[in-house]
Amino acid sequence: MSMRPPAILVLEDGRTFRGDAYGALGETYGEAVFTTGMTGYQETLTDPSYHRQVVVMTAPHIGNTGVNDEDPESGRIWVSGYVVRDPSRIASNWRSRRSLDEELVAQGIVGISGVDTRAITRHLRERGAMRCGVFSGDAAKADAATLVGKVQASPEMAGADLVGDVTTPRGYVVEPVGEHKFTVAAYDLGIKSMTPHRMAERGARVHVLPATATLEDVLALEPDGFFMSNGPGDPETTEETMVPIVRAVLERRIPVFGICFGNQILGKAFGFGTYKLKYGHRGINQPVQDRATGKVEVTAHNHGFAVDAPADRVSDTPFGRVEVSHVCLNDGVVEGLRALDVPAFSVQYHPEAAAGPHDAAYLFDRFTDLMAGSKSDTVRNDKKGQA
Amino acid sequence: MPKRTDLKSVLVVGSGPIVIGQAAEFDYSGTQACRVLRSEGLRVILVNSNPATIMTDPEVADATYVEPITPEFVEKIIAKERPDALLPTLGGQTALNTAVALAENGVLDKYNVELIGANIAAIQSGEDREKFKQIVDSIGAESARSVICHSMEDCLAGVDELGGYPVVVRPSFTMGGAGSGFAHNEEELRRIAGTGLALSPTTEVLLEESILGWKEYELELMRDKHDNVVVVCSIENFDPMGVHTGDSITVAPAMTLTDREYQELRDIGIAVIRAVGVDTGGCNIQFAVNPADGRIIVIEMNPRVSRSSALASKATGFPIAKIAARLAVGYTLDEIPNDITRETPASFEPALDYVVVKVPRFAFEKFPAADSTLTTTMKSVGEAMAIGRSFPEALQKALRSLEKKGSEFTWVGPVRDKAAVLADAARPTDGRINLLVEAYRAGASISELHESTKIDPWFLDQVLLIHETACELRDAERLSPELLHRVKRTGFSDKQIAGIRNLSEPVVRELRHSLGVRPVYKTVDTCAAEFAARTPYHYSSYDEETEVEPRDKPAVIILGSGPNRIGQGIEFDYSCVHASFALRDAGYETVMVNCNPETVSTDYDTSDRLYFEPLTLEDVLEIVDAERAAGPLAGVVVQLGGQTPLGLAQALKDAGVPVVGTSPEAIHLAEDRGAFGRVLAEAGLPAPKHGTAFSFAEAKAIADEIGYPVLVRPSYVLGGRGMEIVYDEVMLRAYIERATEISPEHPVLVDRFLDDAIEIDVDALFDGEELYLGGVMEHIEEAGIHSGDSACALPPITLGGHDIKRLRASTEAIARGVGVRGLINIQYALAGDILYVLEANPRASRTVPFVAKATAVPLAKAAARIGMGATVAELRAEGLLPRVGDGGTLPSDSPISVKEAVMPWSRFRTPEGSGVDVILGPEMRSTGEVMGIDADFGKAFAKSQAGAYGSLPLKGKAFVSVANRDKRSMVFPVKALHDLGFEILATDGTADVLRRNGIPATTVRKLSQGPGPDGEPTIVQMIVDGGIDLIVNTPFGVGSRLDGYEIRTAAVQAGKPCITTVQGFAAAVHGIEALQRGEIGIGSLQEYAEKINASRAEG
Repeated sequence: MSMRPPAILVLEDGRTFRGDAYGALGETYGEAVFTTGMTGYQETLTDPSYHRQVVVMTAPHIGNTGVNDEDPESGRIWVSGYVVRDPSRIASNWRSRRSLDEELVAQGIVGISGVDTRAITRHLRERGAMRCGVFSGDAAKADAATLVGKVQASPEMAGADLVGDVTTPRGYVVEPVGEHKFTVAAYDLGIKSMTPHRMAERGARVHVLPATATLEDVLALEPDGFFMSNGPGDPETTEETMVPIVRAVLERRIPVFGICFGNQILGKAFGFGTYKLKYGHRGINQPVQDRATGKVEVTAHNHGFAVDAPADRVSDTPFGRVEVSHVCLNDGVVEGLRALDVPAFSVQYHPEAAAGPHDAAYLFDRFTDLMAGSKSDTVRNDKKGQA
Repeated sequence: MPKRTDLKSVLVVGSGPIVIGQAAEFDYSGTQACRVLRSEGLRVILVNSNPATIMTDPEVADATYVEPITPEFVEKIIAKERPDALLPTLGGQTALNTAVALAENGVLDKYNVELIGANIAAIQSGEDREKFKQIVDSIGAESARSVICHSMEDCLAGVDELGGYPVVVRPSFTMGGAGSGFAHNEEELRRIAGTGLALSPTTEVLLEESILGWKEYELELMRDKHDNVVVVCSIENFDPMGVHTGDSITVAPAMTLTDREYQELRDIGIAVIRAVGVDTGGCNIQFAVNPADGRIIVIEMNPRVSRSSALASKATGFPIAKIAARLAVGYTLDEIPNDITRETPASFEPALDYVVVKVPRFAFEKFPAADSTLTTTMKSVGEAMAIGRSFPEALQKALRSLEKKGSEFTWVGPVRDKAAVLADAARPTDGRINLLVEAYRAGASISELHESTKIDPWFLDQVLLIHETACELRDAERLSPELLHRVKRTGFSDKQIAGIRNLSEPVVRELRHSLGVRPVYKTVDTCAAEFAARTPYHYSSYDEETEVEPRDKPAVIILGSGPNRIGQGIEFDYSCVHASFALRDAGYETVMVNCNPETVSTDYDTSDRLYFEPLTLEDVLEIVDAERAAGPLAGVVVQLGGQTPLGLAQALKDAGVPVVGTSPEAIHLAEDRGAFGRVLAEAGLPAPKHGTAFSFAEAKAIADEIGYPVLVRPSYVLGGRGMEIVYDEVMLRAYIERATEISPEHPVLVDRFLDDAIEIDVDALFDGEELYLGGVMEHIEEAGIHSGDSACALPPITLGGHDIKRLRASTEAIARGVGVRGLINIQYALAGDILYVLEANPRASRTVPFVAKATAVPLAKAAARIGMGATVAELRAEGLLPRVGDGGTLPSDSPISVKEAVMPWSRFRTPEGSGVDVILGPEMRSTGEVMGIDADFGKAFAKSQAGAYGSLPLKGKAFVSVANRDKRSMVFPVKALHDLGFEILATDGTADVLRRNGIPATTVRKLSQGPGPDGEPTIVQMIVDGGIDLIVNTPFGVGSRLDGYEIRTAAVQAGKPCITTVQGFAAAVHGIEALQRGEIGIGSLQEYAEKINASRAEG
């Protein structure tokens, strides 16, 4: 049997878990969070929203299907550390190209295995998400008190502005599948590759823009729709950056769609606050109810922050009436916003899935409908103008 | 949307007797449904012919009909009860087929009964293969290429259309895959498709392209009326396509799928449930995935709760049947709370942070002639499930849960040549999993094993990990805590470690404890710890943190009965569940330990705490320690779960665990032949002459002394395992050679076989002072047929008051002599007016639920209370037992209850493809039982037959062929049958006897005579062609066996009643007479109980 070097997971509050090294040797820090998805570790690892987070997998067996070239959601692994119970010794899948262990080593991701991931999860559930460090090999040899000190000295997630780390350095275009029907300006705040793909499938040419793009850059594209992606960090940090741009877009009545971080930014643009959840929603089994239809969809979640909006009534905002369109049935957290007087909506969860169920894919149709409606309005207005 | 207010009453249809493919899981689901519906304020009417179920307890429904589940009887119930709705999706294929029949014959319309939980169109689209294939096409998914055939000509043409052999044959509308299989050539096709066409109620089979060796998956889905759909669980089959999922080792959640592939299955599953039109409720969908390219084929769906959904419920903590019942009365998923978290709704998909492994349990040892190759026809009789934090841990726990010698992996003993092991492993059998380790020991690689078995390499690597850990353990200089911890984490039992290290199990345990290597208990919570769990549903793991909560109330641990097997089935679960209810009512915290996912006992709702754990000494002792650390422990109940917990009694006591009720020493007194003989001698009770032999010479000497035929068996057995009647020395020698292999530590018992004896079963309670005679059952078949396979009547139909008095006195003497505190079951034989004691079992017996239902007394509850110190007098005062009288003094107007065994003959084939013989003997072979209850014996017997095998014929042709010794006793019933209008057919010898007795009989040709000169068919051919309505064939000795074998297997194949004892024949004639008079009514247990209690009160 191959023996892995020792490793230790150290939580900010002093609790430690000893296990075996996994992936690269060394030390790493981040916010300790757990995700309950039983499939899709490859998508999770490459989801930019996990930037600066040490992800605990509650599913015990990880790596069974290896790593393939089709499923990554971005160009690299973003988690800052990886905590699993039973890493697979072999990769078994016809699409697999290499093992997960090899991939983690290649990308320098420090992980730990063989720990009681359920005990860690219960700890985080009771105490809330917190900073942690993973130390393996020589780094694991230091005494626990020293390691706890190092963790406590690492940066906090609250107040963290991480978009700059994950956004694309320069814009690129995802061409529509089939006929070009719409043009979308999509801010990459940590976008997953499935998202523009889902829009392209519906005839959108998606201009993926870096987070540094200006309002002028957006308007220059003459977009039919404006999109804001998911991403890591505290939404409060967008007050001076994204929020003014969204407000300007809303004023121009360009259809807006936001996912996850994008939902929080749209909420802020409407004047709602945001707050940090105790331990967040991370998994692919979360029940979300569409409040208009009563229908429940099983959805993929990855968020530590949420929008603070009243779910029981319509709110008046500078952009007219806004309602909470979706809520999580587990805990009543706001999962979606819909403006009634401007063409804008957003969801806190992941209709692009990857990993996760496809129940919410209809939201991309809703976006294209909004763009189509807006286009025909424009045409009508133009005709009226001519007449 | 709240529940519907227009429904006031609902008829729930159960699944009938336990048969292969339809077992205790439907008791679990039906019980849940009844409870839910009642809690919603509906009047629940239940029909189920199986008395061993919890669902047929009178407390579970408002009106409980233990009546045959046939359209005729269910119609009578509908006419009487006039329910608003019928819920057919929780009683397996039996309930679904009955509902379809009642819809098609207009009964539901006539009485304005609404089918809820499913609609006929959906059932038909799900079950009709052609329609289902169209649906799969319509949603853009793929089915295996196939052709529908209605005749053998269609089949032969179909094979060409599919591009040749092998092809899969699947009959329509049969349960558990009955009649299906792989045909590799025309001969096999003719056999399998021929049977399939006969079995299918629509004479329809489907031939399919072979997808042997593909990966197999199942999804359990639920849908509500708002079209919300959730996938409750994914299940992956360890054994690739080709083995029925009921016979496969299965794993939850799926282990070898990427998210893309999993979501594709999920998308297809949801599209299927929508297109089929399951409006509310659960369904199960099976898929095959090509490991080479991921091509997905939808195999089939079941638009109802199934065995897999019971497994999924236990595996996830998401109670599918309970939620299906709520959905059926109008709720939506988001309106139903998750029981376990209590805060979150049921409209989610459970997340597992553990691995669940189910392993099937087979009974091929009971059917030595049967082919043990696993195919698409289900053959297993039970299953064990285990939960671990990893696959190796769960797999090894599951294998030891099987409680079968050799079921655990072993590294002891010789290893065969690699090529031989790999060749064997290519054939799926019940022991193939063990061949994997043998192959690794022989030096095989993962790829070689994959080549041979097609099992996914990931699973093979996990087994390799187990093997490598065993090698490391073997080679280690010393057992370090780290190594021991890792070994335990990989699922090894102390016993396995002991075997590998050449130590004893107690030494390993002591060492392990001294090194502090102990399991922790985790919780099944539906959500991978995302939310706090409110239900203590635990499993062990060698991990860091335990989740057992402290408690104040004294706890009682109840040990369940493990996987169902022939001889130890649902009846024992019934008693354990009752003990749990009774002791909870009496103020104890109840803790259930069991590993059978089908049962009510492993519902997290049944007891205060549930440990889903193997029932080995090691696992039980660890639970005892964990519960002792949590709070006071009043004791452990071992007498209710059958032989499994009983076998642990002494070891538990030796370890200082308080065993409540009958002491281990008393148990030994009853089970040890010598000790029990002394008890009988002291009480002055006779037993048949017997002796104990340790060698063939000794056995021969005993047999010579007491005279042939003799009954021989190993000591300490349940279900008559290894028991045989031998007629001469040659048979005796052959038996001893086999039997000593069965149980090397235990001697062989040789008993005089009592000819012409009436066998009697007694269940009684004893508190040390007072005896409560629970019930006296008179067997229909004579002594020598295993009591579990024999039909019996309660109250006894031919015994008088004097006999009952003798039985009572004997039972009390034995109970007192043994030292029983609780239940005792005694088997007697009455021969020549001498009452012989055959055996005594100081525990709950198989017949406890039957007796409880027939006499309207909760015997198992009373037994549990007596075990904890209550007296019969106290229980009488409390009202748990009748104030006066007992089961031996039933009022004279009490109804007669008949229990009939249900045999699995049609499931098994010899390797050559012919049927296995259907004769009854001292070895138990039945899988389940039914009860018929009515005012007199004839009617009750007719109902028991209808419940077990379909109604007895009212007219037609009866073929009679009996052994010489039976010819005299046959005359009367044959005469009666003739007078009832039946044409009697017989072969020459029997026909002569009949004619001499004034009964006209048509002579037919024996098989050995062959067809006649003008093409007159043999009797076997006539039976196969369906021309005979009733077959009576009693086998005896060795001589007449072969012809009889052909006759009986033909009867099974043709689906005609086949009676193999003269006593059974006489009872059947009684029943036919009652049926002909057309006066068979129905009655609920509640009505019967009211009547019995009223008569009792009058004294």
